[in-house]
Amino acid sequence: MINVESLTKEYGTTTVVDRVSMLIPRNSITVVVGSSGSGKSTLLRMVNRLVEPTRGRVTIDGSDTRSEPAHLLRRRIGYVIQGHGLFPHRTVAENIATVPRLLGWTATRIGSRVEELLEVFQLEPARYAHAFPHQLSGGQQQRVGIARALAAEPSVLLMDEPFGALDPITRAKAHRELLDIQRRFGTTIVLVTHDMDEAFRLADQVAVMSEGRMLQYDPPAALLTRPADPFVSRMTGMADRAMRLLSLTTAAEAALPGGSSGPSVAATASLRDVLSELLWRGADSAVVTDEDGTPRGHLTVEAILAHGRPR
Amino acid sequence: MKRGIGHPAATLAGDIPVPRGHRVDRLGALLAVVGIAAFVFLPLVVFKSNRLVPGDPRGWLEALPRWAALGSAATLALVAIVALRASSAALRLGAALLGLVIVALAVAAAANALTPPGNRIVRVAPGSGFWVLLVALGLLMTDAVTRLRPGPGLRVLFLALLIALVGFALSRGVFDNLSVMREYAVNADRFAREFRQHLWLALGSLAAAVVVGLPIGIVCHRSARLRAAMLGTLNVIETIPSLALFGILMAPLGALAAAVPLAAALGIQGIGTAPAIIALFLYALLPIVANTAAGLRRVSPAIVEAARGMGMTSWQVLVSVELVLALPVILTGIRIVLVQNIGLATIAALIGGGGLGTFVFQGIGQTAIDLVLLGAIPTVALAFTAAVVLDAIVEITERARR
Repeated sequence: MINVESLTKEYGTTTVVDRVSMLIPRNSITVVVGSSGSGKSTLLRMVNRLVEPTRGRVTIDGSDTRSEPAHLLRRRIGYVIQGHGLFPHRTVAENIATVPRLLGWTATRIGSRVEELLEVFQLEPARYAHAFPHQLSGGQQQRVGIARALAAEPSVLLMDEPFGALDPITRAKAHRELLDIQRRFGTTIVLVTHDMDEAFRLADQVAVMSEGRMLQYDPPAALLTRPADPFVSRMTGMADRAMRLLSLTTAAEAALPGGSSGPSVAATASLRDVLSELLWRGADSAVVTDEDGTPRGHLTVEAILAHGRPR
Repeated sequence: MKRGIGHPAATLAGDIPVPRGHRVDRLGALLAVVGIAAFVFLPLVVFKSNRLVPGDPRGWLEALPRWAALGSAATLALVAIVALRASSAALRLGAALLGLVIVALAVAAAANALTPPGNRIVRVAPGSGFWVLLVALGLLMTDAVTRLRPGPGLRVLFLALLIALVGFALSRGVFDNLSVMREYAVNADRFAREFRQHLWLALGSLAAAVVVGLPIGIVCHRSARLRAAMLGTLNVIETIPSLALFGILMAPLGALAAAVPLAAALGIQGIGTAPAIIALFLYALLPIVANTAAGLRRVSPAIVEAARGMGMTSWQVLVSVELVLALPVILTGIRIVLVQNIGLATIAALIGGGGLGTFVFQGIGQTAIDLVLLGAIPTVALAFTAAVVLDAIVEITERARR
């Protein structure tokens, strides 16, 4: 658990981050959203002390981040930035091995960890371990960047606009991978972005920042149903908020018991996708099925629409 | 032949298809005309009855036996034809090398033919025709090498072969009757000493400039204010004429030697090696500092940020990321300094610093142009070698850091 307590950063007379407090639960994805200049990156960089706070403090699992030298703290926290920041003069394997080497792991331990991560990130070791970053695609470079950040098995991963440089298709794939990785390693992830869609796709809870202040810190649905500030509504978008709300619930979560006629939809599909499918087919209800095709219940248009209204 | 409007690259690359046999290489044509003119109108060698009198020019036919003159004329005509036609770069390189060998052998043969046996007084110096042909063929060779685009390793190998070839010819005494080698024979042991001194001046000042300039460059990268002040100062130093800088240093160093006996004991004096090395060091500082700062600035901030974010200490970031990535630019600075210092070290002779400049200025004093060449030719060869080798190193380090 990360406890951010009244964190403030001032440069001269300008306050970049203004008394931000937040409790970041373990084993979850927290997304900090804001326009450029909102102080979201500075907030993130104060967690691993790339920026030293003017006031306030951060504790990770109860221990103050200032209780050890900054570089030692950073070796325990994964860090991913936009444009990956891979070392161009080192191979993929050497890049991934950076922090384990700093920590003085044995060569065999480093070797097996690098191989494990390459496999997790679907980069065939024989082909990619000794490749240089410039030989990889943008998506692959980003995956190596994340693998490098996870190499020393950190419990916390900080990500600063990690997918900003990717095209939409590669980005969507990267989002699915990140969710898988989070589930697999149980890492506590704090991610900064200006993209509200990205926040809704990834976040367990979203923090909205503007001009250094944190306006709201809630699960994504609450941003839509109970916006704390007009700015939050502007960020989430008023016109399609009902659709956004539908996209936050999966078919499995909303499924009604019993079977019904109609097209079958995947349990993992969002209500937004199910509704779209029903509109397209001109059907009133759908059967929710597992990956192997077993029915798990059904959904009606009416039931779906109920989920699109604030409760 | 239809020219594709949509493919401007095709017209730029110069590979517009034109029927074979009508293609004339423009640079080759110019060099061929210059070379033929030099062959016909300019003297191959200058014959002097002793080392100081003005010489008597001799053309190819007067200086060489008839068969040798006609043979070399025919070979050089062949080289000219290859240069004229847009033939392959490898063929052009071969032709240029053949031409250089022929011209070198011709001037050596002329010296042998014109020198009466056992006579050590007469001098046969290379004439203007020789020098013009040498430059024309040298340009032809450089152009061919540029077009072949060889890798750094191959370039150094080529240079080594060239040095080995010249070294072999010199060791076999091929050029012994030529005026420059006559001067060498008289000054052989002094030559070795001054050559070593020249290297010491150039490399010693370079080493000092790297040791001092690298940290200054790093600090300049960190502080914009200091960068402006430092580079401004070094720019001013760079504009001081070399002779003036040597002169400026004489007074304070002389005073230092007089006031501090230890300094004098260490060899620091108003004249000699100390002011020469200090002046060369000052000239070397700007390229080293400027290139170190520029090289560090070129390193992507994202990479430095990532390195810091992963828990490298400032020292680790500097040494294993920033400096490693800046290395090609820093090495380019070292290359500039080394070539510049090898040339400037010649001036050191004027303040008693020694080096190959000793022969140059002695030669000027005695109006003995052969002695000037004894100092100048090795200086040029050294600078050229340094440039080729360091260019290769820069390219190799650049390749590893895309």
